Amino acid sequence: MKIKGLVIFIFLFTFNFNYSVCAVEPSKFISKITGKASSILASSDTKENKILKLKKIAADSVDIKGIGLYTLGKHRKLISESQKSTYNNLFREYFLKSFSNRLVDYSDPKIEVKSEEKLSEKYTIVRSILVATDKRPEVKLDWRVYTKDPNNPLIRDLVIEGLSLARTQKEEFNSIIISNNNGIDALFENLIEFNK
Amino acid sequence: MKKILYLIILFSFISFSANASDESNENLKDCWKGFNKATFALNQALDGILFEPIARGYRHLPAGIRYGTSNMVSNISNLVTIPNNLLQGDFKSAVNNSMRLIVNTTLGIVGIFDVASSLGLEQLDREDYGQTLASWGMESGCYIVLPILGPSTARDAVGHTINFLGGDPWYNITSKNDTRYFKDSDYFISKMTDGVDFRAKNIEAFDSVEKNSVDFYASVKSLYLQDRERKISNSGVITDAMDDSDWEDIEIK
Repeated sequence: MKIKGLVIFIFLFTFNFNYSVCAVEPSKFISKITGKASSILASSDTKENKILKLKKIAADSVDIKGIGLYTLGKHRKLISESQKSTYNNLFREYFLKSFSNRLVDYSDPKIEVKSEEKLSEKYTIVRSILVATDKRPEVKLDWRVYTKDPNNPLIRDLVIEGLSLARTQKEEFNSIIISNNNGIDALFENLIEFNK
Repeated sequence: MKKILYLIILFSFISFSANASDESNENLKDCWKGFNKATFALNQALDGILFEPIARGYRHLPAGIRYGTSNMVSNISNLVTIPNNLLQGDFKSAVNNSMRLIVNTTLGIVGIFDVASSLGLEQLDREDYGQTLASWGMESGCYIVLPILGPSTARDAVGHTINFLGGDPWYNITSKNDTRYFKDSDYFISKMTDGVDFRAKNIEAFDSVEKNSVDFYASVKSLYLQDRERKISNSGVITDAMDDSDWEDIEIK
């Protein structure tokens, strides 16, 4: 009986130990990504190489497909599977280009992670700041991290001074779709044009 | 009497705006899209040939001059913020901002130096009549793009108007009443400086939004409305910007 209890104890201990070792803390996850991005941007690499490396970081750490579907809002339930597939491909390309474009002009951004707040089992908000320079003031950056799989956290939104990029994108896409009689094709055309 | 009539007309305009929406989405009350897009294009053109070049030039001034200028216009803005703190029942902030105004205007030499912050008086967000009307429960009405002033809502446009109807003590002493100490131009120069200072601090952010938008007009509208929501709620919890339920059925990867 004692042996059985001991086996259960060892099993539980090992399980918990493995869990705590493998789970990635969201704030460390963000620190690691922003550190990588900063060193790429501070390097003497060519602009094209920097863009490629930044795209790789985004592809590994951002839930692009999830953001894409969120961005479609109510329209995601109204389009066919084939349209959804076209959209996913176009959105991925759009997101990576827009993400790397936004960052590549910063020469050496310094991001300091300040704290994290667990909203639920699925979401943690990591609070950070973009350190002020002589030209611009300090900027608050909050990262919405999807932690359903604690070993593989993914970024789902970046909130800059209270302004959500995902929500802005959602309202932008919605405006294009509504202006074109709820047709998704106009959005596809805009994305194709942007991705050129 | 004229003022009251003017306000009645403006308030009727808001009620009309709130009902005239051509969008089913409550968040998208863009009643005069054609007019707004034309004004937006005009503002973009003015920005390209006037405001952005001035803001870029302003950035070349020594940092000390820029900080001093920024502090001074921020200090003046307390004259509108304080009555709005009171109207919103936020007496603690009203006391804080009043103390800041007194300390910075005197010890800080007309607001050039932010002595108040070093004395522990925190710099809080600005408040305006649009925010006060919202805190009293007034709906935002239609989205509107004003020439030069940029994105607004019918409610916020009423807020701007209240400044000129006696709500802005700085306007009252510089322009509305002849106090002998100030000229009309003092008011407009301070407002323009405030705008240039804001534009100079956000050159990269504006460029980035413009360069990476598939619909720049819609992006600016969304960013403006989110910013107003945050300011009206006076919320430090900035993650409220997005409702979790929107993500509910997205379970992938």
